[in-house]
Amino acid sequence: MIRCENIKKTFGEQEVLKGISTIFEPGKTNLIIGKSGAGKTVLLKLLVGLFAPTSGDIWYGDVNFTKLSDRERKAIRTQMGMLFQGSALFDSMTVEENVRFPLDMFTNLTKKEKQVRVDETLERVELTGSNQKYPSQLSGGMQKRVGIARAIILGPKFLFCDEPNSGLDPTTALTIDELIQGLTVEKNMTTVINTHDMNSVMEIGDHINFIDKGELAWFGNRNEVLESTDERLQDFIFASPFLQRLRDAALGKKSQSV
Amino acid sequence: MFNINVFYHIGRYMLMMRHLFRRPDKMSMYWKETARQMNDIGVGSLVIVGIIAVFIGMVTAVQFAYQLRGSSVPMWYIGYIVRDSMIIELAPTFSCLALAGKVGSNIAAEIGGMRQKEQIDALEIMGVDTAGYLVGPRVYASIVVIPMLVILAAFMGIIGGYIASQLSGFISDQEYRQGLLYIFNTRNVTMMLVKSVVFAIILTSVSAYQGFYVKGGSIELGHASTQAVVFSNILILLADYLIALLLT
Repeated sequence: MIRCENIKKTFGEQEVLKGISTIFEPGKTNLIIGKSGAGKTVLLKLLVGLFAPTSGDIWYGDVNFTKLSDRERKAIRTQMGMLFQGSALFDSMTVEENVRFPLDMFTNLTKKEKQVRVDETLERVELTGSNQKYPSQLSGGMQKRVGIARAIILGPKFLFCDEPNSGLDPTTALTIDELIQGLTVEKNMTTVINTHDMNSVMEIGDHINFIDKGELAWFGNRNEVLESTDERLQDFIFASPFLQRLRDAALGKKSQSV
Repeated sequence: MFNINVFYHIGRYMLMMRHLFRRPDKMSMYWKETARQMNDIGVGSLVIVGIIAVFIGMVTAVQFAYQLRGSSVPMWYIGYIVRDSMIIELAPTFSCLALAGKVGSNIAAEIGGMRQKEQIDALEIMGVDTAGYLVGPRVYASIVVIPMLVILAAFMGIIGGYIASQLSGFISDQEYRQGLLYIFNTRNVTMMLVKSVVFAIILTSVSAYQGFYVKGGSIELGHASTQAVVFSNILILLADYLIALLLT
């Protein structure tokens, strides 16, 4: 479990996060949603330690991550995996080399053991046979799968995904969502996803943190989204008239059936 | 403001360089990366360094022939002057200035590109010592291969001087060799090697620094690449002066 306690972050004069307190639970897909500029990416970067909070604490289990030195953080970082918005694959390495990189760097497994682990992981993300391809030869969806494979190869306890669906068509985005959710349950990981994709919210949002103007404006799950009376959340989720009509239709159907 | 910026960059550069002295996460990975860099920096620069050295040797021979003509200094001195000029100054300095352009800009662009594509963030989250892993192997590789390139450049320059002197016919083959064999001080070779090691560290680390801390988009990356070459060149020439003061 990851716990944030009154996290604040300022850049110069600008206060980007104004005291966020929340929890991210294991075995669940925990979403951070909000408009562009709301502070989602900053919160995610604080969670993984790429930024330091101005004040407040981040707890990984019973360890206060914010108080650790760089060297002490390393132990927790080996339990983290992260999927980046642009996948962040190493261009000069093949798919196999990209996925194997954490094993090469942090384990003493034999070449054969590593190969078995890489093949299993690539099979799990449905990329069997792409071992020798370079990132530039892959589609956006395949690059995300390689990114996921690299993130989970060491069996992390914590998985972070920054906009996993950006730049993907709705069908591919859905398969990526299902893959992340499946892995989360299978490996009992604490998964934190930063997204503004509404399909993801409604499909895989076990715990949803809605950030607005640097504050945690709403917290709940995907079933509670429709019935929420929070105006800011409703304005964000059902931004278009089309989605508003869909919501009204869904709510109408629900009340009729009741 | 200028002074604050200078101290800020010096401090940040020092903090980055501190990682080069830390124990690597996995020695075999660092060695693999160092070997790759040795190939990129060394083999990839052989031709350019060789060509530049030959022409520098040729120009040196022609210029000195012009200067010595009509003087009481014997023409066979050309061989001697070309040899020592190449060893003491021209081979290390010109080769490293050229390498700052070729290798330095490449290092800044490569590491800067990794920063922009979040690959450095990815390494950091994995728990990799990013400065140590990305900068260290490049610096270690350059310390090994750049002195070798400089030695090659010195040889090629001397050959260039020979070619020029034979083509223009101002001295004979035997006279050029007589000059080459005249008073050889091994201290000059030491100075060449010291310079090449210092210049190698400067050009790789300064370029890596520019790439490692790049922010923004492609314009900033281009700017970082240019800065890498400009600052490397200035610092190489400054170091050249200081080494000359200390070792001569």
